[in-house]
Amino acid sequence: MNVSANGSGGGDAARLISRQGSPGNLIVRGARLFDPRVGLDEARDLIVRDGEIAELAEPGGAPEIEGAEAVDGEGLLALPAFVDPHVHFRVPGQEHKEDLETGTRSAAAGGYCAVIAMANTSPPIDSAAVLGSVRERAEREASIPVGFIANVTREMAGTELTEMAELREAGAIGFSDDGLPIANARVLGRALQYQRLAGGLIALHEEDPDLSSGGVMHEGEVSAALGMAGVPAVSESTMIARDCSLALYEDAPIHVQHLSARASVEEVARAKAAGVRISCEATPHHLTLTDEAVRSLDARFKMNPPLRSEDDRQALIGGLRDGTIDCVATDHAPHAAEEKEVPFEEAAWGVTGLETAFAALYTDLVLPGVLPLETLVERMTCGGEPFGIEAPRLEVGAAANVTLIDPELAWTVGEEGYESRSYNSCFGGCELTGRVLMTVAAGRVAFRQRSFALGVAP
Amino acid sequence: MKHLLGVEDLSRKEMDRILERAQSFAEVGRRDIKKVPTLRGRTIVNLFYESSTRTLSSFELAAKRLSADVVSVKSAGSSVDKGESLKDTVATLSAYDPAAIVIRSPHAGAAQLVAGWTEASVINAGDGKHEHPTQALLDVFTLRQRTESLEGLDIWIVGDVLHSRVARSCLLAFQKMGATVTLCGPPTLIPRGIEALGCEVAYDLDGLGGADVVYALRMQRERMGESFVPSLREYAARYQIDSRRLGPRQLLMHPGPVNRGVELAPEVIDSPQSLITAQVESGLVVRMAILYELLTGSDRSRPERGTAPADTPTIGQPA
Repeated sequence: MNVSANGSGGGDAARLISRQGSPGNLIVRGARLFDPRVGLDEARDLIVRDGEIAELAEPGGAPEIEGAEAVDGEGLLALPAFVDPHVHFRVPGQEHKEDLETGTRSAAAGGYCAVIAMANTSPPIDSAAVLGSVRERAEREASIPVGFIANVTREMAGTELTEMAELREAGAIGFSDDGLPIANARVLGRALQYQRLAGGLIALHEEDPDLSSGGVMHEGEVSAALGMAGVPAVSESTMIARDCSLALYEDAPIHVQHLSARASVEEVARAKAAGVRISCEATPHHLTLTDEAVRSLDARFKMNPPLRSEDDRQALIGGLRDGTIDCVATDHAPHAAEEKEVPFEEAAWGVTGLETAFAALYTDLVLPGVLPLETLVERMTCGGEPFGIEAPRLEVGAAANVTLIDPELAWTVGEEGYESRSYNSCFGGCELTGRVLMTVAAGRVAFRQRSFALGVAP
Repeated sequence: MKHLLGVEDLSRKEMDRILERAQSFAEVGRRDIKKVPTLRGRTIVNLFYESSTRTLSSFELAAKRLSADVVSVKSAGSSVDKGESLKDTVATLSAYDPAAIVIRSPHAGAAQLVAGWTEASVINAGDGKHEHPTQALLDVFTLRQRTESLEGLDIWIVGDVLHSRVARSCLLAFQKMGATVTLCGPPTLIPRGIEALGCEVAYDLDGLGGADVVYALRMQRERMGESFVPSLREYAARYQIDSRRLGPRQLLMHPGPVNRGVELAPEVIDSPQSLITAQVESGLVVRMAILYELLTGSDRSRPERGTAPADTPTIGQPA
């Protein structure tokens, strides 16, 4: 019996799916290779052969490989590529916002080598037939590996469980009704029990719909000044408290999505101390922005959960630093222009985030000394671990999952457009420092920044 | 000044200018022929996504008194009903090259969005529960007719503050004019965090005696079903302004329409302290002044149109 997805090792890697292609050969010369997980921080030549890290040679010591792409990494940072446990790729049904091709390209442009896609699609991924169809499309369209979440409840209605065991056999990497909470505690309790048979971690969007009902932004001084209905922080933290109790009672693992409030961080810390098998994530926007941004009434700052107070933001940063928050997730949520070019209260919820995640956190947290680079890299690479996907490592013999970053390059978000089909970025127009120039995912080059000059090894 | 989107971005100087202009229009209003040619040949569009009696009629009349051509579009029966987006509606109406678009919307920030989509001046006639700046300006004007200055006045705004754009705009406007404002109502109808705007908050009328002005808000019946207050009866018992609670030297205001017997007792509505009718009268001249300031103001030059005088030589001249 598969008791748990948590810590089950690399066995779930097979659930990730992408376009087939021949493994790449690549030499990155002289970049600063940085991987806190293996204690690596020095300038080396990185040699990728047949999609695997073949050698970490002394600078200038790389052998020549015929036909391999050679990149001058001088002054650049080579990191294990990132893993995002929470994206919305809108397939099936809302391909005008994003599809697997544009979504994975956007992820690769942000330095990601794997992502986990949510199931609040149209129709939602609540049956093996729908799951099979998106996995087939991923085989043709995804440039980096994608894991697909399936729903916990049919039609995301929160009342009847999906055929979780069959969905798991059909390749579901986990389960979630993300976008909506599972309001009925009995239904979640049953899902946590059934998970013992089906396996697969359940990821929870925590929101008490009675408390949040009608709200469009964080409830506080800014909502009072703007006259917009608030979503109180307790609508999130009380649900986390409820679900931690359920998880403890059922001895089941849970993953809490997009923490936004201090009270939520405190609930998770208490639960971890009490032995609840819980992991959780926070987004770059909640870690860098507050509800003050909503004063602009710009719908690009509308997402669920909402941007909260500075005190909440500081608690999230503290949680990320001390490990209460396990990983960074973007909650990349593309929307078409016409869904955002409307009054704030009418606008669709969500922001894109894959292409800006590293740069936003590097600029706002690492450069000012708030968060060590080491911690940021750890939290951005371990997002798959709760779902059984090992974090990438820069070590010989590992599959090449590497992102090459210019840590000094300042760029204006959106100036050259986006790889995503949508452009509802809350960082649009901001100048950020640190730009992904190239991403290698599962042994193949998945992204090259257009302006980044490349040569072929002589 | 190109747009009037909210009291929040108005300076005291801009407010004073509008109020002085309104004063001169009030003088015109006492003449037999009340129309001036100031905006002849210019078009003003009223775009109303919510029903309105006094705001819409007063904007229509204000534009007509200034000799502008007026078109009023209401959501019922228009292309809005057919699913057209606000952006497309504004593009359509902008094709008539209006000098101003006056918009009322059930959503915060709508006027600000429209300002980004059109060349016209945009006037916020109410956006969701956010702001209603023309109401606040007419309220300040009305008070100044009675008290000269708002400096040092103690003003209580009583009622459903949570759902009131009037409360927000009046709070900001009264403060900018030097008054101290107390917001009073049931705790369920006072938004969390509103004290950050620099006002006092009270949950009962015990301190009302110290107020110079009592500004009552409309209590909407639909709030009962949402557990904001248990009943109109209990609300009226605690918060209704009646002759017992309203002192002889206190002034009474209300943005209308009044629920007689709910927020106000009938006897105070028609009392000498009541400024409610004066508020409606002020609405017309203040909206004339706002249109005048936005469409003929010195920092807005549209020489190709040529109808706007640099100063006010035509004020008071019959058309």
